[in-house]
Amino acid sequence: MTTTITPLATYRNDLPYPFCPGCGHSPILDALNAALVNRGTDPANVVIVSDIGCSGLSDQYFITSAFHGLHGRSITYATGIKLARPDLDVVVVMGDGGTGIGGAHLLNAARRNIGITVLVFNNFNFGMTGGQHSTTTPAGAFTSTTSTGNLERPLDICGTVAVNGAGYVWRGTSFDADLPDRIAEAMDADGFALLDIWELCTAYFVRSNKYTRRAFQTTLDELGWPAGIIQQRPDLPEYAAAYRAAAKPGRSSVSAAPIPVTQRSTLDRRYTLLVAGSAGGRVRSGVRLTAQAAIRSGLYAAQADDYPITVRSGHSLSTLVLSPAPLDFAGVGVPDALVILSEDGLAKSKALLPRLSPESLVMAFPDVAALETPARLMVLDPGVSSTRLARADHGLAACAAAVSILGLFPTAALVEAAAASGRLAEELGKVVAAGLEIGAAAR
Amino acid sequence: MPQAMDQRATPPPREYTDGSTAIVRAALEAGCNFFAGYPITPASPILTMMMREMPRVGGIAVQGEDEIASIGMCIGAVMAGARALTATSGPGISLYSENLGLAVMGEIPLVVVDVQRLGPATGGATTVGQGDVQFVRWGTSGGYPIIALAPSSVPECYHLTMKAFDLAERFRCPVFLLTDKELNMTMATVALDAYRPVDVRPRPRAEEPGRPYRYTPAEDVPPLRHYGAGETVRFTGSTHDERAFITKHPPTVDALNRHLAAKIEEHRDEIEMAAADLDPRAETLVVSYGVTAGAAREAVRRSRAGGAPLSSVVLQTLWPVPEATLRRAATGVRRVLVPELNLGQYRREVERVLPGMDVSGLNRVDGEMITPEQILEAVR
Repeated sequence: MTTTITPLATYRNDLPYPFCPGCGHSPILDALNAALVNRGTDPANVVIVSDIGCSGLSDQYFITSAFHGLHGRSITYATGIKLARPDLDVVVVMGDGGTGIGGAHLLNAARRNIGITVLVFNNFNFGMTGGQHSTTTPAGAFTSTTSTGNLERPLDICGTVAVNGAGYVWRGTSFDADLPDRIAEAMDADGFALLDIWELCTAYFVRSNKYTRRAFQTTLDELGWPAGIIQQRPDLPEYAAAYRAAAKPGRSSVSAAPIPVTQRSTLDRRYTLLVAGSAGGRVRSGVRLTAQAAIRSGLYAAQADDYPITVRSGHSLSTLVLSPAPLDFAGVGVPDALVILSEDGLAKSKALLPRLSPESLVMAFPDVAALETPARLMVLDPGVSSTRLARADHGLAACAAAVSILGLFPTAALVEAAAASGRLAEELGKVVAAGLEIGAAAR
Repeated sequence: MPQAMDQRATPPPREYTDGSTAIVRAALEAGCNFFAGYPITPASPILTMMMREMPRVGGIAVQGEDEIASIGMCIGAVMAGARALTATSGPGISLYSENLGLAVMGEIPLVVVDVQRLGPATGGATTVGQGDVQFVRWGTSGGYPIIALAPSSVPECYHLTMKAFDLAERFRCPVFLLTDKELNMTMATVALDAYRPVDVRPRPRAEEPGRPYRYTPAEDVPPLRHYGAGETVRFTGSTHDERAFITKHPPTVDALNRHLAAKIEEHRDEIEMAAADLDPRAETLVVSYGVTAGAAREAVRRSRAGGAPLSSVVLQTLWPVPEATLRRAATGVRRVLVPELNLGQYRREVERVLPGMDVSGLNRVDGEMITPEQILEAVR
């Protein structure tokens, strides 16, 4: 909500500026004040977000709203404010130091084209902490940390934000008579606006380099950088507005999805099944559907998956824990049954094989069935199925086979769970049926 | 009994879900309308869900360029009236550190989920750990109190997320929800009636414009004022007076810093939560939290079924330490066991609260969970 009130003569409070004689901060803040007066926004709806350094004191001399945060992060706070309340005028006041420590935020805010206005009080050094060099110190310049002359090239702030899509970019100095108009123009622009305002630090940079206002042009010429309006891109969408325009109301996908209990399992103890296969075998989703079927049968299920960070290659393991009672602990040491679908799965589960009990069961696909284990061994042959199974069907088919062999719960629950899978119902139903055939053949 | 059979025939509806989903659902029900985060295993599912859900409910979710930007955007959004959540894992908490201090100093309500993984450094991205327990407590400069809640089940992920939002509003401070990879990513069966919602208090309007902070009485929490509500609002992370102007005036600075501590320390009874399951005959008390509490509960059940009494306290609040609850629970026992997936971080607190007590740890840092069998072995 922006309300226009009786035009104010000033947005300054009655506190005098604290800056050094000749420091550029005072005239820049006067220019900001003139721009605010000119635009006439309710001061409560203007937020000055100040960074750290001498310029970080700035917000205290205005009657506007204010946010004084951490060094280099002012753009992030301003972005949050603008996103939550696009109607507010958000002005960042930062030094050249902030463009270094907060460089990532600077270029990403430009890239997003978030509708904030950034005033860089660029005096080529850290004035508050003792005149150290910054990212904008000209090459060769002397500072308290470049005693032999600065070896680094200065950051082209304007070029950087312009090339990344900033809506409005201007470079000038604190002495420019049109500064108030340029600030107002920047605030009127919809997108990300930045003014790189060169100024004199009379405490350090001026003294160390005999720098004067006439030197600004020399430095610009040496660097070959332009001044004035560098970019105006009203065609680029502003981020907060674009976000709202793209947002569509919809149903939440995190609301509870109750599973009805339609079958009854006779399982009377905790039972663990490890399915070991490869990425692309839909092991996790197969075990997930199996768990949902178990819940349909009145059981409690838990599932922990293990896969490498390269999601589409290597192993894919899924552990299913079933119990007639609620599960507080879903960890599995040695499983009661093990399904091995591939070499990847075998490699990851091999260490378990000698530890399995004689009562436990290993079910393996034919090409990985040459195993040594004290457990009973059964071969699951996908070839016996009347449906031709793709590799992506192996996870679910093997789960269905295992459930039918182990008798963990009625296989009808698997059929129902597949049927409740929306647009995948038909496809999953066929895989479950094939898996049950494989299980019947193995038995 | 026929009645019991009837109950068995129609159990309460259940779902198959995980802690991440429960946290997101709770955040939405708590009125969260701003999220910013950066991808990191195992917290990424929260980011993904929030990015999908927020536009649907009229909120905003952003993927920041890094963790620093993410928490910064959240803090800015809160000052513009939003209710905000962010989520990361240990490495991301490192990058949140300075802004956590800003949220403490500027008195910003914010819920921060730390889905712990095995550290230090990149550590084990997909491996469970509980190594951030002291880190979240002391993770920013200055050493001021922080609130941290630790769910031990999927329903608690839901309940304590809502509780975290309420405590953040109540005390105008960041509140941690400390979970872990297993809790967030292991699928579990949850009876829908196990979810306990919390009424998250609305944000009151302050009565006096121009005074966003108040230090006396020290323990009182002034209502938060936000931008764009018709009046000028100031915010600062520097030591400040009650009008948010920077000051070094020693009495004012002293009042500010004592207020930041007192508002939490003096209201511990509103914050500290724990589930005590005590057997007066037990000689051993198991103190646990987070995912390890699941194994502890199972161990208690099995021990009692085997005729060996065993007591348990599961802490839902880790910070401030529920000291009174621990002292009460330890009355009459001879020893205390603290199982945790670190090298004894919370055992330090238990030892501090129970001087003279035989306190031992059961610790794993191999990326595997502590099992009920290990706890039973340790209490034998």
